Amino acid sequence: MYDSGKILIGIIVFLILFTSPTWYDLVFGTPATKPNLVLPNKADQKECVMTTEYMRDNHMELLNIWRDDAVRKGDRIFTTASGKEFEMSLTKTCLNCHSNKAEFCDQCHNYLGVSPYCWDCHVDPKTVEIK
Amino acid sequence: MNILFSFFAVLIIILAVIIGVETAQLEFLFGVIIPYAAIATFILGIIYRILKWAKSPVPFRIPTVTGQEKSLSWIKSNKLDSPNSTLGVIGRMALEVLLFRSLFRNTKTQLKDGPALVYGSSKYLWLGALVFHWSFLIIVLRHFRYFAEPIPSFVIFLQNYDGLFQIGLPILYVTDVLILAALTFLFLRRITDPKLKYISLSSDYFPLFLIISIAVTGILMRYFAKVDIVSVKELAIGLFSFNPVIPNGIGIMFYIHLFLVSVLIAYFPFSKLLHMPGVFLSPTRNLANNSRMKRHINPWNKPVRIHTYEEYEDEFRDKMKAAGIPVEKE
Ligand code: HEC
Ligand code: HEC
Ligand code: HEC
Repeated sequence: MYDSGKILIGIIVFLILFTSPTWYDLVFGTPATKPNLVLPNKADQKECVMTTEYMRDNHMELLNIWRDDAVRKGDRIFTTASGKEFEMSLTKTCLNCHSNKAEFCDQCHNYLGVSPYCWDCHVDPKTVEIK
Repeated sequence: MNILFSFFAVLIIILAVIIGVETAQLEFLFGVIIPYAAIATFILGIIYRILKWAKSPVPFRIPTVTGQEKSLSWIKSNKLDSPNSTLGVIGRMALEVLLFRSLFRNTKTQLKDGPALVYGSSKYLWLGALVFHWSFLIIVLRHFRYFAEPIPSFVIFLQNYDGLFQIGLPILYVTDVLILAALTFLFLRRITDPKLKYISLSSDYFPLFLIISIAVTGILMRYFAKVDIVSVKELAIGLFSFNPVIPNGIGIMFYIHLFLVSVLIAYFPFSKLLHMPGVFLSPTRNLANNSRMKRHINPWNKPVRIHTYEEYEDEFRDKMKAAGIPVEKE
């Protein structure tokens, strides 16, 4: 083999780069940070606005539809499959049931590095004092 | 023919997962065993290839000179295109790897009325390749949000800039659009130019289709056929920390995506994709053009037996003197 020193360095760099997730998880890994959701437990808040499976994967899509309907079409009433009516509102509806953003929305979002920019403008009622 | 063969190969791969996961419930096979086997093939295959390359001797410099080599002090030399030092070689290699400098020099030849043969610069392949490779790199790096917990800050940085335009929800990533556009261009380039189509093989189309389908399934998963990505991350972290788990209810699209990626990385050491490690071992890129400054002796030259004049004279001095031939040493 020629230039074995350089070849060896190259192979080591390759191995370190391609196994980096394993090293990283070994060194910094905090597997305990899996999302731990606190669900609404009031009697009239037992169901989400859509099925749980739909919400888990598609809630951002629904929020987008709500936003367009409310802001562009002025249509602010959402009727669920079971006939209940909700106001299409991020703060007033979602965060009414999921009243603790830090223990619900943020749990998943931090786990996956999602940082919705909605909170630049919309408020989380928990974090502001209403005078 | 080559196109159809590659197309059906990819189609069969996708159907295999759908049948395997949807009807035969082989989640563990497709989610754990095959990815591990693919990663092992990838790593061992690449090391094997590198060692094989390292066994080929490259005793002489192979200058593909696009700039003046260093010679006399009053002739200006080009330190990057024809480097004579290690630093220059590193510079040339970095430009090649990061900016595809040799593709930038592509030319096209056309026969114009006259008749006149016209050479012009052709930058489309360079642009398409650059957009594709950089998008691919950024997309792979963004995937560290599934591989690492806590998520390294460079991932958040990339996500923020990739989603700079804040189009739609989930936010549209610019690299997703760019990679599809570049792949489409690279495919169309192959089939619209008759010369290029003639020299294209299945081994050109297959990786292209594989990467296109990986990109498409990824994009479908993010924007259209959603999967439960909290579970996806559990699976990914499980794989990388050697505690494999198969969470319930991840959509089929994820398994298709994962199997396509597994096929890609297992195929990697046997394909043209090897240009990734190979570029670093290209003699025309990694050797300094210093033949005018240094004598490079072929290390495996057989020792040549020589008989110098002094030795010859020592041997025959008496006979030479006897015959009256002049000698140097008495
Ligand atoms: C009437 C109360 C109520 C409202 C309003 C509501 N949710 Fe829910 N949501 C729930 C409940 C209860 C669950 C848990 C259902 C279960 O356990 O099956 C849930 C589940 C969810 C989940 C899935 C969590 C998981 O288990 O993975 C998401 C995501 C979610 N909601 C988001 C939202 C968003 C976004 C909004 C606003 C558009 C919203 N919810 C409005 C009550 C509500
Ligand atoms: C630039 C500031 C801003 C940002 C960022 C923003 N919004 Fe809004 N949003 C508004 C304003 C202003 C309204 C109109 C309020 C009204 O008419 O009641 C609104 C209304 C809405 C509504 C309907 C009304 C309500 O009370 O909620 C929804 C749903 C909504 N936004 C969702 C979102 C989501 C989801 C995001 C993040 C992806 C987001 N918004 C980001 C400013 C913003
Ligand atoms: C079950 C976990 C989970 C819960 C609970 C959850 N989210 Fe999400 N959310 C996600 C994931 C995962 C994404 C990112 C999807 C992607 O990147 O493809 C996301 C994305 C979003 C986005 C789009 C952000 C972007 O930049 O693309 C918005 C807006 C959002 N969530 C709002 C909410 C709100 C509001 C709540 C609480 C009421 C909530 N989510 C609760 C998992 C969750």
